[in-house]
Amino acid sequence: MTLELRNISKQVGGVCHIKPTTLLLKPGHFNVLLGETGSGKTSLIKLMAGLDPVAGGKILMDGADITALSTQKRNISLVHQFFVNYPHMTVFDNIASPLKLAGISGSELQGRVEEAADILQIRPLLARRPQELSGGQQQRTALARAIVKQSKAVFLDEPLANLDFKLREELREQLPVLFAGRGAVVVYATSEPEEALLLGGETALISDGRVSQFGPTSELYHRPHDFTSANVFSDPPINAAQITKNGTTAHLNPETSWELSGDAAALRDGIYQVAVRPNHVAPVKTQTACVPLTGTVLVTELSGSDSSAHFSIGKDVWVSLAHGVHSYEIGAVHPFYLDPTKCFYFAADGQRVA
Amino acid sequence: MARITLSQLRHSYLPNPKGPDDYVLKDIDLDWHDGGAYALLGPSGCGKSTLLNIISGLLAPSEGRILFDGKDVTDLPPEQRNIAQVFQFPVIYDTMTVYNNLAFPLRNRGVDEAVVKDRVTKIAEMLDVTEMLQKPAAGLSPDNKQKISMGRGLVRDDVNVVMFDEPLTVIDPHLKWTLRSKLKELHQKVRATMIYVTHDQTEALTFADQVVVMEDGQIVQIGTPVELFERPTHTFVGHFIGSPGMNILPCNVQNGQALFEGHTVVLEGPIEAGTVDQGAGLTQIGIRPEFITFGATGVPATVRKVADIGRHSVVDTVVGETLIKVIVEGAAPVQGAATHLRFDPSKTRLYRDGWIATQALEAAE
Repeated sequence: MTLELRNISKQVGGVCHIKPTTLLLKPGHFNVLLGETGSGKTSLIKLMAGLDPVAGGKILMDGADITALSTQKRNISLVHQFFVNYPHMTVFDNIASPLKLAGISGSELQGRVEEAADILQIRPLLARRPQELSGGQQQRTALARAIVKQSKAVFLDEPLANLDFKLREELREQLPVLFAGRGAVVVYATSEPEEALLLGGETALISDGRVSQFGPTSELYHRPHDFTSANVFSDPPINAAQITKNGTTAHLNPETSWELSGDAAALRDGIYQVAVRPNHVAPVKTQTACVPLTGTVLVTELSGSDSSAHFSIGKDVWVSLAHGVHSYEIGAVHPFYLDPTKCFYFAADGQRVA
Repeated sequence: MARITLSQLRHSYLPNPKGPDDYVLKDIDLDWHDGGAYALLGPSGCGKSTLLNIISGLLAPSEGRILFDGKDVTDLPPEQRNIAQVFQFPVIYDTMTVYNNLAFPLRNRGVDEAVVKDRVTKIAEMLDVTEMLQKPAAGLSPDNKQKISMGRGLVRDDVNVVMFDEPLTVIDPHLKWTLRSKLKELHQKVRATMIYVTHDQTEALTFADQVVVMEDGQIVQIGTPVELFERPTHTFVGHFIGSPGMNILPCNVQNGQALFEGHTVVLEGPIEAGTVDQGAGLTQIGIRPEFITFGATGVPATVRKVADIGRHSVVDTVVGETLIKVIVEGAAPVQGAATHLRFDPSKTRLYRDGWIATQALEAAE
């Protein structure tokens, strides 16, 4: 089973929403679409699902052209961000609905619904109606309906976005297990970089209706091709600034410079953009994070085990993200330390050069 | 602004509650200081919204009292409690300008126009919405609408408390951090008593000086963000705060020592005597993934899965039947490898029936 997009595009009222996109999506792992809200993830899913017509290009399933086929004939399942269930039906009938449409009945229907319900741990709820369920249970029902069908492609459009944080964590672990060995192409849209990394598989980075890079998820994170890809794959946003390269030295400003090595040292002298992820800007000096930056703390944040600080250097705003709890005083001048071995360098056209 | 006291609050939605299971709030006692930033954190259904509705007066508690600055307000209707509230979804008048929206709560109380102007100008500045003041509210983006809603909650300086009920639900993930930090900054400027209700740990920990963690109708810990992370007093807090949460491992207690899968695990300090014998009740070891390292000695484990999440890896290991998650920066062992786990003793605790049962050694200081 493969799902292939060949130069598909979408236009609405003469405005290009999806630029010509080519992707080969395979089973056996998750295919993640990662991008901000409004970047085109849902539009792309709608094209693949046949809910919107393409402006150009072809969609092939197992090599067969399905571009002109209706959604019903594509043998796909779709789970949305908002829990979509039939309110007047029980959970059982909700899960059974795609099977009934396919003409399956009797003990096979019963068995398959129960199997899906078992996997999603909602078997005790089969007699209830959706409005009697919590959000997590409703979304499990929608997921059960998506897997019961054994379709060739499953599209999950931010399926966990409206769930509690911990429930999201739990379902995110279960989902890949759920689809493993089913042979379906699984496409998963998310706006959270960490979610993409946790799901693994392959990722397409989407920005402004265009796939900027596609490949194994962690490969993309560690080796972005261009600035757009580096930035899409960073939350909080990646730190970016202009440097002047002179010999083997990068100058950020008159006070701050560092020695370059490898590809970066071999670049022609001139102006480049440097980008470094927030976790490589530390609040304390370490062996690798050693280039001092002095900033004025603007805002700080704390999640369970991480602290982040947004600080300004001149006109630029930088972010530091560190393990543990660090306290900062807002408005205070605080030292931060950049790890020069983790910097990406980009040419004027945005392409990564080192 | 006021100090808020909740005294022996209990609430049931049933007419004749019998056992504790019939109560959605079970014996809540709390004291919130004047001018503090507090968060109520817990999963859906833990009772946090019920508690909020009781404080605001939308709901009368089955038992217990609510005091503002020592004055009993339990029987007062919402409008007499002098509270400002910001909801999940923006509550603003689309037909009015941003300025008039912000001015509304003040004008409603007959505040002098000069004072209105002064307050609205100040709040708009704090929220970075000064340039939108004359625009109609209808055309604003959802995050700006919610900013204005927050501004309406903050514009009066005579309220007892400002309450935020999941205020960032509608905000795009990429904009959330700006509003999260904005709220914290606002609190530092206006110093009003604020209560922030959320299921999101980042929102709670970023905003609050003190976080109240709730589960199943009861308070399981009240603490600073550091305390909740470093020393959860209940396994639920360890699980709920942090991502992934604390590892909770079944263990036996023998002769004052904790045994996990036959290995003695060194704890932060002595085990407190249980109500019955030591070892009575369900005993578990709690250790966060951040405080486990791989080594040549320790508890033997097998690596089941490694997830490279960029800035670190989350390694799933198994000891016997038990899954233990480890966070490692830098090189991670490979899937299938045999390894040993070393628990940082100062961060390893024993829990009995969910509650912490070890004494911290430094507590004696």
